[in-house]
Formats: sequence, C-alpha cells, structure tokens
Amino acid sequence: MKEGVLFLLQRATALLLAPLVLAHLALVLYATQGGLSAAEILARTRGSLLWGGFYGLFVLAVAIHGAIGLRAILAEWTGLRGRTLEGITLAVALLLLVLGLRAVRAVVGAP
Amino acid sequence: MAEAAACGGRMLEVRIWRGRDDGAFVSYEVPARANQTVLDVVTWVQRHLEPTLAYRFACRVGVCGSCAMTVNGRPRWTCRTHVGRLAGDGPLAIEPLRNLPRIRDLVCDLEPFFTRWQRAGGRFVATSTRRDPLPRIAPDSEARRAVDAGIECINCAVCHAACDVVAWRPEYLGPAPLNRAWTLVNDIRHGAREETLDRVRGDAGCHACHSQMSCSEFCPVGIAPTAAIAGLKRASLRHLLGRRDE
Repeated sequence: MKEGVLFLLQRATALLLAPLVLAHLALVLYATQGGLSAAEILARTRGSLLWGGFYGLFVLAVAIHGAIGLRAILAEWTGLRGRTLEGITLAVALLLLVLGLRAVRAVVGAP
Repeated sequence: MAEAAACGGRMLEVRIWRGRDDGAFVSYEVPARANQTVLDVVTWVQRHLEPTLAYRFACRVGVCGSCAMTVNGRPRWTCRTHVGRLAGDGPLAIEPLRNLPRIRDLVCDLEPFFTRWQRAGGRFVATSTRRDPLPRIAPDSEARRAVDAGIECINCAVCHAACDVVAWRPEYLGPAPLNRAWTLVNDIRHGAREETLDRVRGDAGCHACHSQMSCSEFCPVGIAPTAAIAGLKRASLRHLLGRRDE
C-alpha cells in the first residue's frame, strides 16, 4: 500500500519535473547569454507570483522525487530497512525542501 | 574412446563449482563432441570423473525446469544450451544459480523461490466445481491475452537468478512470482484476484522492480515478466486512485 503511494508520488513528480527542468535550463541559458546582471534578474523575480510558484513547485517536486529515489538506493545498496530508512528519507526530503524554499525566498521575497 | 573420436579426440576444458559457499572451481577435461549440451558435459563428468558431483536434472528436453545453472556467468537451462553455441573458446564455467542458497556443487535450495510464489498470492482459488458450466472467456480479450503471455512459466528460477533487484533486496518477490500473480489477477475464474493484487502491492512487491529486464532477457520460454510487473504496477495505481475517488 505504502509502496504504491510512493510509486505514484515518484511518477507524478517525475511528470512535473520534466517540463520544469527544461524550463529552468532554458531560463538559465537565456539569463546568462543575455548578459543580465544579478540585480536585473532579482528585479524581475522579486514579488513575482509566477516565479515564486514555479520554483516553489519545483522545490516541492524535487524534495519528494529525490527522497523517494534515494530511499530505493539506500534500501538496495546499504540494506537499510524500517525506521532508519524512513527516517533518513524524511530527513532528506525536509532538508531539500528547507534549502530549496530558502533559495526561493531569497530570489522572490523582499530584499 | 569412440565418443571422443567423433570430434577428433579434442578435449573440452570445463570448470565446475564444487562445494558450497566456500567451495571453488575444479577443472575437468571432457571429450568434445559435435553436438553436446552443457548438461551432457556435467553428466559426463559425474559418470566418468566425479561420482560425488551433485546436480539436478529430470527431463533433459526443456520441459521440467530443474537443470538451470549459471553457465559462463549467465543463468540458463543446461539441457537446452549447446556447448558449441556458447560464445568464446575459453573454458566452460558452470556454477549453481545466483540468488539462492547453495546446497552442494551445482544444487541450490529452491525453497526461497517457491515461498515467494505463495507470498505473491500465486495459489489459484477455485470459484466453481466440476459440476458447474465452464466460464466463457473470449480468447482475444485483453485479460485472456495477458494470461496467455505469462502462463507457460515452468518455475525454473532462471529469472530469479538473473534479477539484480532480487540480489539487492532479498525480500523482493521476484519476476516469476509476480508474473504468476499477473496471470491470476487477469483470470476471471480466480476467486482471490483482489487478495493477489494486495499481496504484490506491498513492500518489496511489484513497485520494487526497476524494469532492468534481465528476467525477460534470460527467460528460456520467452516470457516477459517485466511486462507482467508493469501490468501489476498499472493495476496497483488504478486501485489506489480508485480508492481515493470513493
């Protein structure tokens, strides 16, 4: 049952991440090739609901997708099971979420 | 010997695993013949050189599924593997199947494999007796075709030995039991389809499969357990989403 839910979350976040990653890469290329300075970029992202939503969703999907993937690798390569495995998975998910959301706040939030 | 003369007296170098986990390969010289299987080679060693060599076989023609071993690193039916068709001219290396406890020499304990069939809900539950009319199942229905694709499994454990996920996650049900479960989930005569699906949706069930397809690659019958497992994943997802909708 739980495995089924994790499988669903993993697939659903993968579906989300595919376009988000492509858009993110395109954006990075556009911003750097166009010669935008950090200040110019921040001027566009600060207070923007669009970019806040885009990267907020991105971070959430990464936290879920990455943690579930790591859980499978840990289970297979280290033999970890049960509470230790679930604890590490949850910790990784939270770490990714907190770090990611901090970055989003730095880019989108008020100075 | 007259048999050896058939191939100009050429001898074949064979390395066979002797002992249990702490055993070792032992080399033997076996007369090469124009047409011989790996099982013929093992049998020749047992009859002429090493009477204590332990190995399993029964039918010798690819029906019983008991002679599977690791030949040159790959799981195979030894009775259907011609020595002449194995790539390379190096020595033949024959070991017991992977992912199963070794008993002695080339013999594995298959109990963990068959226990998984039970754990995966692989036991057919009848819903009618011989006095009831036969259920009508359209041969071209999707469910019937799914059953057809996986029904010829003869439990040889080649897929189990080929699967890396079984090696990494010892509690994983494995390709053959999941393939069996998929045929039962699609069998309208099976009285416990829901239970079978429930059993394979749990920890280390169908969702643990990475679709590496070693099982499909090595299955001597040409079954694709990966496809069956993918079917179970889809059925599991539908079940999950269905429940949420209610």
